[in-house]
Amino acid sequence: MPENSVSADLQTGSDKMVEWTDFERDTIKDIFSMIEYDVVGPAALTRCLVVYPWTQRYFGGFGNLYNAAAIKGNPMVSKHGTTIMHGLDRAVKNLDDIENTYTELSVLHSEKLHVDPDNFKLLADCLTIVVAAQLGKKFTGEVQAAFQKFLAVVVSSLGRQYH
Amino acid sequence: MLSNKEKMLIVEIWESLTPVAEEIGADALLRMFACFPGSKTYFSHLDISRGSPHLLSHGKKIVLALAEGSKDISQLIVTLTPLQIMHAYQLRIDPTNFKLLSHCMLVALSCLMRDDFTAVAHAAMDKYLSAFAAVLAEKYR
Repeated sequence: MPENSVSADLQTGSDKMVEWTDFERDTIKDIFSMIEYDVVGPAALTRCLVVYPWTQRYFGGFGNLYNAAAIKGNPMVSKHGTTIMHGLDRAVKNLDDIENTYTELSVLHSEKLHVDPDNFKLLADCLTIVVAAQLGKKFTGEVQAAFQKFLAVVVSSLGRQYH
Repeated sequence: MLSNKEKMLIVEIWESLTPVAEEIGADALLRMFACFPGSKTYFSHLDISRGSPHLLSHGKKIVLALAEGSKDISQLIVTLTPLQIMHAYQLRIDPTNFKLLSHCMLVALSCLMRDDFTAVAHAAMDKYLSAFAAVLAEKYR
């Protein structure tokens, strides 16, 4: 399996809190206030299914994923993309306790959905690229770094309950 | 595995970017330095601050190499031989960094091209950058 994803692995020991600078907190909240969840979510999930087609293995019940156009127009993909954004919203509102916020979701993805946690990084990378397109010049390197740090914490937390 | 359509798309994109090679190359590098500070260790001998001549010239070199390679992807191994040798024996940049720069290049493209950087274009470009990186690292060992 090619290692395409680059969202940085965050080594958060269970007792270590993630520390956010003011810039990072403000940036993350700003980004989420500027994007439309029902646009960005579907776009990011679509992109993940197109750019990394093996991720389609988890969406067998979603119907037609035959090509990019089909994926883009698939209402189940759209709905799930939006759901994902609302899930991320919970982390944005609980920046200081993302790990506990996601305990149940992590268990769900591990024990019920059986999703390889590497996939979280793939989706995170696609989300970064979609947000970049939305924000254009406003998505500077520093803003990107803050956003990627947030996603790295999310990805790490989602992977924590895998055993 | 790139289809003919994807190869054409890649060539088109790089052709359109050649006039702004400096800007987009520098942007991708700056993003990488901001997001993955370990990558800066390879540039301790250069001034890599925003707008510096070193940064712009280095960014331009990278984009022009990517553009050149895209003209005949089947010949990457031939086209890239000098760069392979340089990276393997002289620069010795850990190849993980190629992925980091590739990702930042995709983000830079997305910021610039916005809706034009479609999922299909993204997929094609990601595949091309992966292939380029793999060839670049081939002589490492």
